[in-house]
Amino acid sequence: MTTKIITAISELRKKQPRFRGLESGHRACLGCGEALAARLVTEATGPDVLVANATGCLEIFTTPWPESAWRIPWVHSLFENTGAVAAGMESALKAQGKSTKVLAFGGDGGTFDIGFQALSGMLERGHSVLYVCFDNEAYMNTGIQRSSSTPHAAMTTTSPPGKERMGKRHLKKDIVSIVAAHHIPYAATASVSYPSDIRKKVRRALAIDGPTFLQIHCPCPLGWGHEGHESIMVARLAVQTGLFPLIELERGGLASAMPIRNIRPVTEYLQMQQRFRHLFTDEARAKEELEHIQAIADHNIEIYGLRGDSKDAFDSEGMDTVRRGGMRWA
Amino acid sequence: MLQALEGSQAVAQAVALCRPQVIAAYPITPQTHIVESISRLVADGKLHCEFVSVESEFSAASVVLGAAIAGSRAYTATSSQGILLMAEVLFNIAGMRVPLVMTCANRAISSPLSIWNDQQDSMSVRDAGWIQLYCADNQEAVDTSIQAYRIAERTELPVMVCMDGFILTHTLEGIDIPTSKQVDSFLPPYQFARQLDPRHPLSLGTLVSPDFYPEARHSHHQALLNAQAEIVSADQDWFALTGRKSGGLLTVEGPEQATVAILTIGSVLGTLRAALEELPPGQPVKLIKLRSFRPFPKETLKAACKGLKDLIVLEKAFSPGSGGIVGLEVLAAVAELPRPPRVHNFAAGLGGRDIPLDILPRLLAVLEEPDNNRFRIIDVDLERLPLADR
Repeated sequence: MTTKIITAISELRKKQPRFRGLESGHRACLGCGEALAARLVTEATGPDVLVANATGCLEIFTTPWPESAWRIPWVHSLFENTGAVAAGMESALKAQGKSTKVLAFGGDGGTFDIGFQALSGMLERGHSVLYVCFDNEAYMNTGIQRSSSTPHAAMTTTSPPGKERMGKRHLKKDIVSIVAAHHIPYAATASVSYPSDIRKKVRRALAIDGPTFLQIHCPCPLGWGHEGHESIMVARLAVQTGLFPLIELERGGLASAMPIRNIRPVTEYLQMQQRFRHLFTDEARAKEELEHIQAIADHNIEIYGLRGDSKDAFDSEGMDTVRRGGMRWA
Repeated sequence: MLQALEGSQAVAQAVALCRPQVIAAYPITPQTHIVESISRLVADGKLHCEFVSVESEFSAASVVLGAAIAGSRAYTATSSQGILLMAEVLFNIAGMRVPLVMTCANRAISSPLSIWNDQQDSMSVRDAGWIQLYCADNQEAVDTSIQAYRIAERTELPVMVCMDGFILTHTLEGIDIPTSKQVDSFLPPYQFARQLDPRHPLSLGTLVSPDFYPEARHSHHQALLNAQAEIVSADQDWFALTGRKSGGLLTVEGPEQATVAILTIGSVLGTLRAALEELPPGQPVKLIKLRSFRPFPKETLKAACKGLKDLIVLEKAFSPGSGGIVGLEVLAAVAELPRPPRVHNFAAGLGGRDIPLDILPRLLAVLEEPDNNRFRIIDVDLERLPLADR
């Protein structure tokens, strides 16, 4: 016998965290991982923050003048200076004796590539800023061009597969290790498919005085070639295959990694996305690339010790079953 | 009280008197002595501020932008390649209408690499939407730096204070540094109206569609034109306070009845003044010092040029393939006069080439030559160039 559960919208609203930094009504695509991740981050930070936002989808879809979806003070300056603008904001608050926290938001283009120098400077100088990189693995705002975050063999409009190519020839840049090599107090990766893990990591970062970094893996249905309703599933598979390890690094050293209870083959993740469709042919070179990608996942599992050996409440299966009020509430 | 100070030290002290809370800078010759002097003031506890030693000029401009919108008075200084690296941020700061003050220690632009003075750097960002004030001597650089904060904060426009590299930045002069009481009364604490504040969250720097963009640009243009009144009043009020003027939008000196004038920008004025003393007495030449290049004071300039037969514009930058930069704008302005003077436009002193006192007789001699309204680099030695390049 099944029971039909009827819940009023107002009741659902009450279950929401009390504060939302990013409101509905913005112009993101259906299933946008970045929009959801930005909402989750700002729910966890609360209202006492200032945000510096790099040029990119998040900036464009949230602030078409004269509208704005932000309930927190927010500034967009340029594509490549977010780390420096945030550093300036933090310096000003410090000079004024205020405790308001500063957040910097950038995509993978603004973080891994064009804004990398400003980010490195901000980290080196020890500005107390939480830099959040919404990593959707390509320049989505300009129409899906390859970035240094684009994974190996993925198809983008500037890394198309063809007679001579199998998508992107290079590897995804290991940004979190590079950031952690600045020996900052805290750097972590997260996935939009594990909301309570994001909240935990944001709170942890904000409690630290000093530069902190969070890289959140956010599917882009348009750029990756999957349905909008599959975003969470796709993002979870990236974690469960070992292709996107969820780790925390303190002062440059590995502090924790989310164990994977059931490790999945990379093909389960890849075949959900059009950007990898050229790998699923009978060609030898396609099979070879699949082996390469599996090897990358295996390597991650090995170096970060991702193989879960028990039913851990905080592993890849436990983390998303967390309920409010329970011991697993992060 | 007069003190013997290097231009850079003097500007550093003037900036400190304005009580900036955040300073960000990246070293570049000839701006270095300014930021070194400020660093020393901070280290000695004479200036309490966050001094952010950034990793590039691009970040220097970005840090002060962030600081200003978070509600702090901020300062940066740069030169030459630094200003070009900042260019994108400079446009952004101005378009966002953020009040900031930056010193530009004017220097030539590479290539060929030159660390010496001309004004190609600030001229190259003339369209960034900043107010640009040019200083003729170090006392003006001190007074203008302080006035710049008042102008910036009243107009919500950034101000670039341009002083010739080495010629001013590295030269010792007797300087009167104002007292902190004077500066505090001239420059009260400031509250940026669009400050980022969690109690009143605003979104700044948003995407603007064609429905609104031209209006935003128009209001920026109009704000710069309107800033002329603030530039004049800041100088007048400073005069009332200290007895010193820096020259408002522009100043004219020399005999009333003179029909020849030389218009300059920056420190070359001192050379021309000294050269005038060498000429036989009664030589009817006026000197026009253009202090405000942006906004361009068209009406004031027209009034200053009434009755002139010849107007020589001498500048330290040009637009290759076109000609003078200041000269062209001056020509366009005076063309509106019923009897416009003939405009003769020359560049000199590029890449730090010394401008000797005989520049004045040379300029005046050109008036007798045919084809004397053709732009050229007056101190170039064509003999050293292959025929095709002459």
